[in-house]
Amino acid sequence: MPKLKRRHLIALPALASLAVLASCTPSNPQSTFDALGPVAESQLLLFQVIFWAGVVVFVIVMAALIYISVRYRAREGDGDPEQIHGHKGMEIGWSIAPAVVLLIVAPWTIYTIFANENSPLPPEEGGLVVEATGHQWWFEFRYKVQDRVSEEVVTANELHIPVGEPVNVDLVSKDVIHSFWVPKLAGKVDMVPNNDNGLWMQADEAGVYAGQCAEFCGVSHANMRFTVIAQPPDEFDAWLREQAAPAAEPTEATPLIRLGHDVFVTRFGRETPADEDVQGAGCNACHRIEGTSARGTSGPDLTHFASRATFAAGSMDNTAEYLRSWLHSPEEMKPGNVMSRDGEVFNSPTGLTEVQISALIAFLRSLE
Amino acid sequence: MTMPSLAIPRPVHPTGVWGWVTTIDHKRIGILYGVTAFVLFVIGGVEALVMRAQLVQAELDVVSPEMFNQLFTMHGTTMIFLAIMPMGAAFFNYVIPLQIGARDVAFPRLNAFSYWTFLAGAIMLNGSWFLGGAPNAGWFGYAPITGAAYNPGHGIDFWIMSLQILGIASLAAAFNFIVTILNMRAPGMTLMRMPLFTWMTLITAFLLVLAFPVITVALIELMFDRFFGTNFFVPGAGANPILWQHLFWVFGHPEVYILILPAMGIVSEVLPTFSKKPLFGYPVVVLSGLIIGFMGWMVWSHHMFTVGLGPIANSVFTITTMAIAVPTGIKIFNWLGTMWKGSITFSTPMLFSLGFITVFTIGGISGVMHSQAASDAQQQDTYFIVAHIHYVLFGGSIFALIAGIYYWFPKFTGRMYDELGGKITFWLVFAGMNLTFFPMHFTGLDGMPRRIYTYDSAMGWEFWNLTSTAGAALLAVGIAALIYNVVSGWVRGKQAPGDPWDARTLEWSMSSPPPEYNFAEIPTVTEVDDWWASKRRKDAAPVIAGASEDEGHSIHLPQPSYWPLVVSVGLLIGGYGLIYHYAVAAIGLAVSMVGVYAWSFEPVNDPDEGSGH
Repeated sequence: MPKLKRRHLIALPALASLAVLASCTPSNPQSTFDALGPVAESQLLLFQVIFWAGVVVFVIVMAALIYISVRYRAREGDGDPEQIHGHKGMEIGWSIAPAVVLLIVAPWTIYTIFANENSPLPPEEGGLVVEATGHQWWFEFRYKVQDRVSEEVVTANELHIPVGEPVNVDLVSKDVIHSFWVPKLAGKVDMVPNNDNGLWMQADEAGVYAGQCAEFCGVSHANMRFTVIAQPPDEFDAWLREQAAPAAEPTEATPLIRLGHDVFVTRFGRETPADEDVQGAGCNACHRIEGTSARGTSGPDLTHFASRATFAAGSMDNTAEYLRSWLHSPEEMKPGNVMSRDGEVFNSPTGLTEVQISALIAFLRSLE
Repeated sequence: MTMPSLAIPRPVHPTGVWGWVTTIDHKRIGILYGVTAFVLFVIGGVEALVMRAQLVQAELDVVSPEMFNQLFTMHGTTMIFLAIMPMGAAFFNYVIPLQIGARDVAFPRLNAFSYWTFLAGAIMLNGSWFLGGAPNAGWFGYAPITGAAYNPGHGIDFWIMSLQILGIASLAAAFNFIVTILNMRAPGMTLMRMPLFTWMTLITAFLLVLAFPVITVALIELMFDRFFGTNFFVPGAGANPILWQHLFWVFGHPEVYILILPAMGIVSEVLPTFSKKPLFGYPVVVLSGLIIGFMGWMVWSHHMFTVGLGPIANSVFTITTMAIAVPTGIKIFNWLGTMWKGSITFSTPMLFSLGFITVFTIGGISGVMHSQAASDAQQQDTYFIVAHIHYVLFGGSIFALIAGIYYWFPKFTGRMYDELGGKITFWLVFAGMNLTFFPMHFTGLDGMPRRIYTYDSAMGWEFWNLTSTAGAALLAVGIAALIYNVVSGWVRGKQAPGDPWDARTLEWSMSSPPPEYNFAEIPTVTEVDDWWASKRRKDAAPVIAGASEDEGHSIHLPQPSYWPLVVSVGLLIGGYGLIYHYAVAAIGLAVSMVGVYAWSFEPVNDPDEGSGH
């Protein structure tokens, strides 16, 4: 038995380090090994220092355990071993050694805590501020009027930021606790009702970064995702200007788009102005589309819906096909969502009709 | 006596099932605790297996999201409150009186009450599956998602009631063990001659007494919010939901040590026995246990590093959390010192103890990793934490508890288990545990949050999730082997001698299983590991108690009683009453009151002894 044991235990650290190497998969969308901003980089560096210190400690303990197990295994004819009750020097040694290691690490971690707390470009110095609000189960992003934002912009599940610039994110929740996390840019901070939280982050490269709610928040917690889109500053400013404008009145709107608009803004059950055979769905009760009469605030702002790559809290690509499935049976796509729970039309026996769905898709996809 | 008419006679020498229902013998209560906790451990394990099936691949639909949330809530709550804690209690019950040279615990009927109340709590929690759905807000039940606005069903109510009932059981047991350990030690057994397991139990009992009132307060506030419309945790009314987190973790972190200190105690018994050497640095190990128990109160906010408490709070809790690694490390080094220059036999309890040291070291190191508030922001609420908690609670607590099951198996059952079967069990469980939980470090660092019922295949998490699920299947085989090994040993193992391991503490100084009265003659203790020393004294070979049948007839033992069970049943009825109808709660209260009253006036002695005391 001791022999078997010894081989296993020697193989264990080797296997573990192989597995560690194999697991460094920075290509994964939410890998913390691929830090692409200063906050995530400082966190990764600190983690690596502690990790390797931990590996050293583990190897020492295991080497001692294996050596002692093999060297002092019971043999035929062993008498009682000497009854050693302890050793003062050893006790002092192994009390001080770990304390020293920790004392070396401590200043570093405290430095990192404070460094990541304070934004290098706070709002008072002209830094961009975005207010991120957690809802069950989606993220709302609000760019209030400030230095570089001349008109308030509200969007959902897609956070645009300028690349290479610290961005301040105010974190707010309107219901339960959520957590804002973009692993490649910064560690998470919770969104807690009645608490003003915030973080700063910076993307060093242009690109799309995956984010996800990290605090359990109910049935569709797993589906509460978002993306951060880091753009060169001029592209970002252009994006802000586009978003600030009301939804472009579709100049050559097709009848289907007009019908979709009417379905959207007409109360559930009333016939629409565009076609008396088609009834309204009352989407405007919860959704806002700037430039139309839809002014609801409890659901995501859809003013520039067609400009977004995903919908339903980043869980689906924004294609006509997915949109059709979503409008047909939102509960299946995102269980527990408020729209299928509280939306009158989804509580009616028929739900949305095929005609209503086709019209809504045409309308939503016109909202560039 | 002024009120003899009030007394209902005690049950006289009941046998069979009735004997178990009315028992107040600490050994039988220990077995009840152990078997019940093991059944609940298996239930919690099945819940985990269903979750592993759901996560084996991306975008699966094995269970609904709501069911998944109930499963992880029940898995966590069950494993912590209904499996690990009561398995610890099983060992306290069976072993402590034997280790300190006592004939029973200080309050035998209170001890029975603790068990029945624990069972009531277990029924309350698991009954929720059949009464409209289990709790679904996680074992930590963060406000405000537990509030009536977000959680209108009864699931959370069952969770609250069950934890309150379990709290009563734990408090009663903790007081009982504090009094037992402090007052009922054999002559000569000073505190610094107590076996390590007894020491760790004493510290654990103090932690229980101090920690449970905190969660009790939090649960009462939550209950008032849900039942009577108060606003302790309702943000819309201005409440700060972080209050819950502070209360929960001020309880929750000491709770972690409530789960691990008894495990450390068990390992500190097994290593000396199988190394044939006394525990290295006994006073240091005791002191480090005390320091861990004390410092366990200063680290709770490391569960809240991402809540936004600010850099000063995060720095302070980083330092205190790192500091707690020092006494933990001291224990590990002293265990190695115990084996050093020993004569080591690798029996199953020893293998599980060595497995404990290995796996718990990994869990301890990952603990130091996320004591760093700054980098923990990347790990908090990910599978990295899931890996850590299972390395300390499965690799730590459960490994040590299994070591304890094997170590004391001959004492509990009077029979030997099959050694080869035990070794096979160890390797299955050890391999399964590491295969399940080690990959979770990787999925966590790869950005997989905890408590998600599904994930996108584009995330790249499928391979390690598949590995974890395969490990979970292997682990299930290991647990099945454990059950087979234990049951077959219990049924047809060969007769166990009183002291099969040439062990060191007093519980091995009597027959296996021990006679009802434990010690024919209360021993006098002169040193640590007194039993080991007395076996080697040249003058007199010690006598194993219980060797002859006619011994011990003159020993006075407390008699069985119905009333602890009645009080517990009243609590269970009362719990349901608070949820469904207050009239039922009044009935429950009445039943408990009758039980307490009758308990108080129960005659002290056997009626057939004719002594009015």
